[in-house]
Amino acid sequence: MAPRADTVVAVAVTRQVTGWLAGSALLCCSLLIRAGVLPEDRADALYHSYEGGGVEITGPSLMVLKKFGQNVAVSGNYYVDSISSASIDVVTSGASAYSEDRTEFSGGVDYMHNNSIMSLSYTNSSEDDYDANTASFGISMDMFGNMTTVSMGYSRGWDTVMNNQDSSFSRDLDRQNYKLGLTQVITKDMLLELNYEGITDEGFLNNPYRSVRFLNPDGVSYGTEAERYPNTRTSNAVAIRSLYYLPYRAAVSGEYRFFDDTWGIDAHNVKIGYIHPLQGGWTLEGSYRYYTQKAADFYSDLFPYQNAQNFLARDKELSEFSSHTFGVKLSYDFIENGWRSIDKGTINVAWDHILFDYEDFRDLRVTTALPGEEPLYSFSADVLQLYVSVWF
Amino acid sequence: MCLRARCLLLTALLLAGCSSIEPWVKPYERAHLADPIMSFDRDPVSGAYMTHVYQAREAARGAEGGHGGGCGCN
Repeated sequence: MAPRADTVVAVAVTRQVTGWLAGSALLCCSLLIRAGVLPEDRADALYHSYEGGGVEITGPSLMVLKKFGQNVAVSGNYYVDSISSASIDVVTSGASAYSEDRTEFSGGVDYMHNNSIMSLSYTNSSEDDYDANTASFGISMDMFGNMTTVSMGYSRGWDTVMNNQDSSFSRDLDRQNYKLGLTQVITKDMLLELNYEGITDEGFLNNPYRSVRFLNPDGVSYGTEAERYPNTRTSNAVAIRSLYYLPYRAAVSGEYRFFDDTWGIDAHNVKIGYIHPLQGGWTLEGSYRYYTQKAADFYSDLFPYQNAQNFLARDKELSEFSSHTFGVKLSYDFIENGWRSIDKGTINVAWDHILFDYEDFRDLRVTTALPGEEPLYSFSADVLQLYVSVWF
Repeated sequence: MCLRARCLLLTALLLAGCSSIEPWVKPYERAHLADPIMSFDRDPVSGAYMTHVYQAREAARGAEGGHGGGCGCN
């Protein structure tokens, strides 16, 4: 059975949305969880572009954060993904390239009392076939002479998964996030950060369009059937990060994160970075990140026969793979010493080059090989960011 | 010793320890920590976007951090 021409149209969409929601929650929390001192008034206008694997995603992200009095800060963020996709999933399903937009709004309030900051935020993301709402609460506290910051947070999400090919299709997904954080001054030149996050999902977790493939009895061809995921997933992630100020004005950073979940996936990533302010208001940054993960228990590139097991997945994001990211960023302080009501302004350009290598996801564009003997898939992506930040 | 007694003892020891902790980096020694380059999340909009880029393509999620950094001084 050939894959339906329209089945993979929104393959990337569900993951994009949930990924972005988590990212937005992070944005709100990162803005709002900084104990003892409210973040500075600032506005950011960012243009982003991702291009790789036949996918192009561009759009703006606009954020404003403003304090009211000494104890309250309010922030808002508007974000758009404009997607044009002819990914390997789309191409190999026989579908034609598609385009769609996803729009997201988020807002947050931050209240400081003594050395504690409490935050509330809310996010809505909508697109044709996915609607998501997330509410977050966080609290953080400075202690031990402002040497230590402890934070915790809770988020609750309510998603609705729809299907563009079936107007009657509607499924719910509930998400809960639990966060703990510790930031510690180690020396006058070194900071350490520890984070834990537990996430539970319950509801419709697979993609309504995606299929898996299985070997036909003839042994030389394959058929497809709809993927089936469990209805629950619980994951844990712990991370340690550090910043060290060098003997001259520059800093190095390091990061390690471990992840596992109830689907049998475990993942590790490490990242190192270097930031160096130059003459004339310029700042140069470089970074390298390595990521590796094992496959989900119910993932297979090619199942041995139809209905081979209860749960079935052939989503390359659930397969075993690794990636390398090389990043560089250049910033320029175009307002260093204030201008009218603006205290400072920077213009920034960042470029990240990512190499993905899949260990068990085959390139089905190659139709001359027997099933399971196609070459392994790999691709590279370029991520570009241009943004202006002003503090006022 | 029962579990509750152990917990109480541990809590008492922790509280006693907390009360005696003195900042070993004095406020006047935090110039480097206060430098913007010593922030875990200097550009939150950019950081959130990169988190999104990775989360959309990786199974791992959570603990991305971004809790500020800096000197922790008001």
